Amino acid sequence: MTALTEATRPGAGGRGLIDRLTRVRELGIVLALAALFGVTGAVNPSFLSVGSIRDILLNSAIVAMLAVGQTLVIVTRNVDLSISSIVGLTGFGGALVLADHPAVPIPVVIAGCVTLGAACGAINGLLVGMAKVPALVATLGTLYAFRGIDYAWAGGRQVNAADMPESFLALGSRSVLGVPLLALVTLTVLLAVGWMLRNLRSGRELYAIGSNPDAALLAGIRVRRRVMAAFVANGALAGLAGVMWAARFGTVDATVATGRELDVIAAVVVGGVAIFGGSGTVFGAALGALLLTGITSALAVLRVDALAQTAINGALLIAAIVLDRLLALRVAGTLRRRRYRDAR
Amino acid sequence: MDAVLALAEASKSFGAVRALREVSLRLVAGEAHALAGENGAGKSTLVKILSGVHRPDNGRILLDGAPVDFGRPADAQQAGVAVIYQEPTLFPDLSIVENIFMGRQPRTRFGRIDRTAMSEQARRLFARLGVHLDPEQAARGLSIADQQLVEIAKALSRDARVLIMDEPTAALSGNEVARLFGVVNALREQGCAVLFISHRLDEIFELCQRVTTLRDGTLVAEHLIADITPDDLVRRMVGRDLDALYPKQDSAPGEIALEVHRLTREGVFTDVSFQVRRGEIVALAGLVGAGRTEVVRTVFGIDRQDAGWVEVGGRRLRPASPTAAMAAGLALVPEDRRQQGLVMDLSIERNVALTGLADVRRGPLISRAAEHARARDWAVRLRLKFARLSDPVGVLSGGNQQKVVLAKWLARKPSVLIVDEPTRGIDVGTKAEVHRLLSELAVSGVAVLMVSSELPEVLGMADRVLVMHEGRLVAELPRDEATEESVMSAATGRTAA
Repeated sequence: MTALTEATRPGAGGRGLIDRLTRVRELGIVLALAALFGVTGAVNPSFLSVGSIRDILLNSAIVAMLAVGQTLVIVTRNVDLSISSIVGLTGFGGALVLADHPAVPIPVVIAGCVTLGAACGAINGLLVGMAKVPALVATLGTLYAFRGIDYAWAGGRQVNAADMPESFLALGSRSVLGVPLLALVTLTVLLAVGWMLRNLRSGRELYAIGSNPDAALLAGIRVRRRVMAAFVANGALAGLAGVMWAARFGTVDATVATGRELDVIAAVVVGGVAIFGGSGTVFGAALGALLLTGITSALAVLRVDALAQTAINGALLIAAIVLDRLLALRVAGTLRRRRYRDAR
Repeated sequence: MDAVLALAEASKSFGAVRALREVSLRLVAGEAHALAGENGAGKSTLVKILSGVHRPDNGRILLDGAPVDFGRPADAQQAGVAVIYQEPTLFPDLSIVENIFMGRQPRTRFGRIDRTAMSEQARRLFARLGVHLDPEQAARGLSIADQQLVEIAKALSRDARVLIMDEPTAALSGNEVARLFGVVNALREQGCAVLFISHRLDEIFELCQRVTTLRDGTLVAEHLIADITPDDLVRRMVGRDLDALYPKQDSAPGEIALEVHRLTREGVFTDVSFQVRRGEIVALAGLVGAGRTEVVRTVFGIDRQDAGWVEVGGRRLRPASPTAAMAAGLALVPEDRRQQGLVMDLSIERNVALTGLADVRRGPLISRAAEHARARDWAVRLRLKFARLSDPVGVLSGGNQQKVVLAKWLARKPSVLIVDEPTRGIDVGTKAEVHRLLSELAVSGVAVLMVSSELPEVLGMADRVLVMHEGRLVAELPRDEATEESVMSAATGRTAA
């Protein structure tokens, strides 16, 4: 024998709780949501009224949709800053077609916006996956480029609610069984994407890529194709969010959704998706969107200065990241002691 | 017999370095083929060509006699080639079972991943390998040995026609190695072709039927194992007769340089006390996970102790301060040189200068000339093989990287040198050089504390052997009492007092 190494370890029990806690990172955000609604509702019961909750759901639907898409990208250790511009482009484009060509059926307009968004996502995907431009830089570039196209297309024009068909605007305000339609659309997409990420090979491969890109290549994963697909899917969802924006707000111009990409990334990170990829779920991201929107509404109900809301959102973001980091350190310490125990 | 997978006169260069020159190799069904050679001889390059990571500049890969082009690792995998790489390539965020089956998960008829079947297969694999790991546990936090076991399970799960193993046993215990060899032999008998790389010659002779030796990127010889002795093999690998592998010179121990008093870090190690004198080499032996690395990390101030203290030259060190440890004359050559020992993207000279920026400073600025001179001086003394001192250390072979780490610390003229696994993954030739250097340092009055898992190294180099078992120091053996049996029985807790 040439080496002194450890004898076979016995399997250990009693590790279930730690593992479950590390896996259910969404738990924290659910607690935060409960606290938010509990405290605000106690101070002002109208916050918990059906109308108020419906408003919160409606307001968070678009951000949550974008957060779902962004999660696909962030999980692969990339990021897409250009989504707000894609929303702007598709939202304005869709509204313009509806206003100028009322004969085009609404489903065609929606499909067109999704396709346009997917095309924008494909450009991002090509830059990141094929040309190997870091995602942060590539999508910062397309953030300006897509917005520029939007400005040129609009030429200063604004589309008003009066210009668009009633049936389209109704999509933005309709409720089914008391739940806003837009929230239902987001929920459907959320469930579908969440299921795919968990149960399909392609979904698991996105996590693998973000967790260790080199190992993903060695495992035979088609990394470029998968990263490309994540960007395309994100673009398509941003396109869908663009239509939702037009239907919800009615009045659109070339500046639609400017700056919203950071809200979305904040929601994703607050929702427990690791910013360096490899872990987190779309459910967490959607909950993050719901929490940030809920806080905005709660602060209004609590009569907190609107200007302070941004600062509070920022503090929350930092708190989420610090909490995540502390949890990671705790887990590392527990693993340390556990390994030691196992070694005995 | 026809080769399943063969390499025909393949060459590969990285920049100016010719890693492989017209090497041919035939892997035959039912045969285990060893690849021997020093670090930097081109073994890993050859593996990466056969696994589709690199494409050869010249020459061909033949699959069942027909030329193939492995453009990507996926191509090689589809051809039935499974590889266990030297460095574990796991996904830390994913569970062990997902790591094993990534990209090939069993699916139900509707394309959904069949988790039940996947877990079941993983359990069967682990049972076959005798591994006690929870397949649902995340890969993050696994010890190196466990990571390696997961890698092995991953490769075996592929039902490969060709199994390539690049140093699979580096972190494994005797038991685990025996299990692995049992499984590999079974596969081989079923007609799998095996390529095996190891620095442990006894493993080559135990497992393989044929051995190919590489030196400096060229093929030296191919032998049937039955036709060659270990000594011959070593001679072919290094191309010269080796100086004694353990050139330990006797030196008289001087005053106490390092004293560790009842050091404790909860859950890691308990009540560890020992002394190291000037001119002495003291080995810290024990099983992987016994807490040796953790002790030296705490001695050096990387981790904070919960109790006890460390004295260097009679003065107590401030806890948890590597700066204080360095100022007191302590140097630590860590276990993992890629992560902790070197900045891989920085040049050789920059890396050497890192520990002594004060010495290469001219006013507020760093003098490139002084940096260069310092590195050149040490490169000569340690017989470093390199193209230019301004090359990034990442391009050097493992043994030469280790020399750079040593240079970086020796340049500080430490009074106490702590080396953690100083020759892990290093070829025989460089190993002997590192040993010679440690011996010379001891003779010159440096106190050397060496953590090592290699028993021959411990027995060959140490004046005294300290043995750890489960976080406690269980034995202290002078050189003439330290034998394989005495060290091993202490390390496994059989003579623990």
